[in-house]
Amino acid sequence: MSTTEANGVVFQARGLTKVYDMGQVQVHALRGVDLDLYSGELLVLLGASGSGKSTLLNILGGLDTATAGHVLYRDRELTTASDSELTEYRRHHVGFVFQFYNLIPSLTARENVAAVTEITRDAMAPEQALAMVGLGERVDHFPAQLSGGEQQRVAIARAIAKRPSVLLCDEPTGALDSTTGVVVLEVLERVNRELGTTTALITHNADIAAMADRVVRLADGRIVDVQRNIKKKPARELRW
Amino acid sequence: MRALNRKLLRDLMRLRGVVMAIALVLMGGVSTFIMSLSTYDSLVLTQAKYYRDYRFAQVFASLKRAPNSLARRLLDIPGIEKVETRVVAAVNLDIPGFDDPASGQLVSVPDRGKSRFNDLYVRRGRTVDPSRDDEVVISESFANAHQFRPGDTLSATINGRRKALTIVGIVLSPEYIYEIQPGSVFPDYKRYGILWMARAPLAAAYDLEGAFNDVALSLAAGANLDDVLDRLDELLRPYGGRGAYGRHDQLSHKFLAEEFGQLETMATVFPVIFLGVAAFLLNVVIGRLINTEREQIAILKAFGYGNAEIGWHYTKLALLIVAVGLAGGVAVGILLGKGMSAVYQDFYRFPFLEYELKPAVVINAALVAVAAGMAGTLFSVARAVRLPPAEGMRPETPPEYRATLVERIGLQRWFAQPTRMIMRHIERRPLRALLTVIGIASACGVVMVSNFQEDAINYMINVQYGMSSREDLAVNFVEPTSARALHSLRGLTGVTHVEGFRNVPVRLHFEHRSFRTALQGVEPDGDLYRVLDKDQKRIKLPAAGVVMTDYLAKILGMKPGDWVTVEVLEHSEPVLRAAGVARPRTFQFADVLAASQPALRIPLVAVTKQYLGVSAYLQRDALNRLLQEGDVINGAFIATDSRHQSEVYTRLKEMPRVSGTVVREAAIAQFNQTMEQMILFFTMVSAVLGAVIAFGVVYNSARIALSERGRELASLRVLGFTVGEIAYILLGELALLTLMALPLGFMLGRALCAYLVSQFESDLYRIPLIIESDAYSFATMVILVSAVVSGFLVWRRLRQLDLIAVLKTRE
Ligand SMILES: Nc1ncnc2c1ncn2[C@@H]1O[C@H](COP(=O)(O)OP(=O)(O)O)[C@@H](O)[C@H]1O
Ligand SMILES: [Mg+2]
Repeated sequence: MSTTEANGVVFQARGLTKVYDMGQVQVHALRGVDLDLYSGELLVLLGASGSGKSTLLNILGGLDTATAGHVLYRDRELTTASDSELTEYRRHHVGFVFQFYNLIPSLTARENVAAVTEITRDAMAPEQALAMVGLGERVDHFPAQLSGGEQQRVAIARAIAKRPSVLLCDEPTGALDSTTGVVVLEVLERVNRELGTTTALITHNADIAAMADRVVRLADGRIVDVQRNIKKKPARELRW
Repeated sequence: MRALNRKLLRDLMRLRGVVMAIALVLMGGVSTFIMSLSTYDSLVLTQAKYYRDYRFAQVFASLKRAPNSLARRLLDIPGIEKVETRVVAAVNLDIPGFDDPASGQLVSVPDRGKSRFNDLYVRRGRTVDPSRDDEVVISESFANAHQFRPGDTLSATINGRRKALTIVGIVLSPEYIYEIQPGSVFPDYKRYGILWMARAPLAAAYDLEGAFNDVALSLAAGANLDDVLDRLDELLRPYGGRGAYGRHDQLSHKFLAEEFGQLETMATVFPVIFLGVAAFLLNVVIGRLINTEREQIAILKAFGYGNAEIGWHYTKLALLIVAVGLAGGVAVGILLGKGMSAVYQDFYRFPFLEYELKPAVVINAALVAVAAGMAGTLFSVARAVRLPPAEGMRPETPPEYRATLVERIGLQRWFAQPTRMIMRHIERRPLRALLTVIGIASACGVVMVSNFQEDAINYMINVQYGMSSREDLAVNFVEPTSARALHSLRGLTGVTHVEGFRNVPVRLHFEHRSFRTALQGVEPDGDLYRVLDKDQKRIKLPAAGVVMTDYLAKILGMKPGDWVTVEVLEHSEPVLRAAGVARPRTFQFADVLAASQPALRIPLVAVTKQYLGVSAYLQRDALNRLLQEGDVINGAFIATDSRHQSEVYTRLKEMPRVSGTVVREAAIAQFNQTMEQMILFFTMVSAVLGAVIAFGVVYNSARIALSERGRELASLRVLGFTVGEIAYILLGELALLTLMALPLGFMLGRALCAYLVSQFESDLYRIPLIIESDAYSFATMVILVSAVVSGFLVWRRLRQLDLIAVLKTRE
């Protein structure tokens, strides 16, 4: 059940560079990143704040474009894709989870999920996705009526309901206490296991790295270390 | 329903305050637009239908006396289609229970059948029995002024003989939509009325059996009016013709056309301002609204919504807001339009009203509103989607502030922190502050226009009647008379001063331009009538030469030093011979051209500033000489001792030669009363609409500011600021902008008034650009009240700021 290179490469990034031009100063968020992501694996991206994790994830997810280098998603070149190609890519292939959940406040849990499933092919029913994250009972609640952890689970349900081939999570537990965070991580773990969704998870919390197949460390826009966990720790056992 | 559509509806509900504020402004714009244009269209349509159904004549002429057989010869004139001859006479009226002098015009109705032209609409009672010599029908305004009903009686001095008349009907006529006594500027329905009676007895009373002294005609299709008028004048000249004229010189029509022209200006200028401001607000507010949604836009993008889908989503939001405003605006506009049309129907006494709302008017309003909404939306959406979603989701970088100019020049120690925050905020978003200021200023300008009318009219009346014509009474004689008649006037108890005048209808020519008016011969050193220059200083009338109203000189394109050619339009007067004076020649322009008589060319010496009417003035004896007549007058200005006024009236009524008396004060009072209703309505409408604009701008700005800075303000609350203190930061900025907007609003209002004044300029009157301080203070008050109301509404929201939410979420 664990994933290997044999399952195929989902992302192939080569020489990824991102420079934010701020006028007088140029911020080098990524300085030539080479990275492969394999189908079905759970990858944790670790690094201090400002090390370029979000930038990398956003480029992989088609939310942003690189200044130089290449990203291949399966056999698709993302770096040269047009805006509408990226939109199509995000619509059908990528699920996002963000630190601050980013639910649409005027929609209920079910509707937040439906907003995404309505525009994709063979998605799950919103109720099913919500059941998967353990919120089958709360489908008609508005974001404001849910706790932070529950909101994040809705966000996960929203991300997985379209059965994406990759799930990109940017500090999904960053705004949560550890108990709630563990519940959220359990959900991600289950999705990765049961749906086989390739998952990249950002955190600056080294303890979380134990649940990954592979851990990639970033510092100052570069990959400084890649580590394979021989034995993954179940999310339930994580503490921090 | 799609989840996004549900979001749309819920967003609308959540934003209902803002939505209503935008919709309200749009409603203001659309309803004014619909009201004004539909009222104007309705009036034009009603007038056209009234003219057509009641056969308003196209050409008019009055003359001394001509046999009925002449009618057939008139028909021979090419271009004339139909002819109807009439007998028309000026009479003095004696109304039971009403002591003031009253006069009227008696018009004949045909002995048999219907009138060919100027048919009467019988409002109450019936038409006159052609065989009766004591029955009249009277105009409705006159009837209403005296509460006359069919069956009531009054008496008239017909050709010197007093006659009791029974009112059998109350009527309306397309010929007298405006009833104005010749020589008067305002309608005075109490002292002047139109009466119709059977032709035979009227003709008999004036020795006009088998003859006529007035004729109405219609033109064949394609006829040339000027040619017809020339031929008519030629034919009628031997019969004492006074110059034929078309509809555009017909008094009632002319007034109506003038007013409709003004209405058209008003109907265009105001709604365009309103719609413009509404469109601008819509644009700004929807833009801001979408700015606050930038995070949600980023999310939708992150999950694969395309730019077009997102654009359409927010366009729908805008369109729904527009739809609310539009629907409300159309409904209110129709309501107001009908109300306003009814006010006008009453004012003009149209027998019926055809309310018309052209689809094009609604479509135009919708197009402007939709375009404004879409522009605001698409612009902001475009800006929002241009942002990569990753960026849209990160909190906006803290806006860049810097020390303001005030602080940089070292005045900061005078201001506390909150005040500095206000100044920095304004300085950081100068364009937005400017737009807010412009919005409030337009509201202020709109309010000013309503009040300006009243001030200007008061000023006009004050100059015209306080300084220029200062008589208490003006009497007109039936015919030009020897100046000896003045003695009998001077002899009346209660009369303190009398000055005779001589008026003669003329057509003035200069180069290729000509204008029909009157030459007024007045006493050069008179006390009661004075010709004024633009500084209200008296102009001394020269011994030779003429002084013209500035506007007349403008129409003719003349300047002092030019020579005007005078064509006299008055027939000869047998009475002058009886009075022992030489019979005047009737001068015709044709003669002038033929003989090039130098005597009929007079130099223009100076122009006089006048707000009402247009005339040319010269010394009375100069006019007498010009007409080759003796010491002749045809009217007099009289000053009276107020204690003996009613005695003077009674005596005047007994004088057979006096055909009409104009009581100045009464005329002004009457005019004021009529104008007051109209102005009140306008003031109300524009005050309300100005308030709506001001409210819309201030409230929306405050709500936007609140949505953008709510977090900042809540944080301050958490730090221990009171509601009052944070309200000061938010509302203080708006208060400052409102105060800054006022002077600009005054300028805008002045410019707007100046534009209207230039548009309303006509030979009937020119409104001076007079704006009294009350117009400024009224506008200020309206703006401040709406600002305070919207501030109060926002204040209530500030008290409910969720402090916990700030601490819970990011930033
Ligand atoms: N839109 C942006 N404009 C300018 N600088 C940015 C922007 N986004 C990120 N950066 C900078 O790039 C660097 C990497 O940022 P990020 O990828 O968000 O780091 P991480 O997610 O690891 O905390 C940081 O120094 C950050 O300040
Ligand atoms: Mg990050």
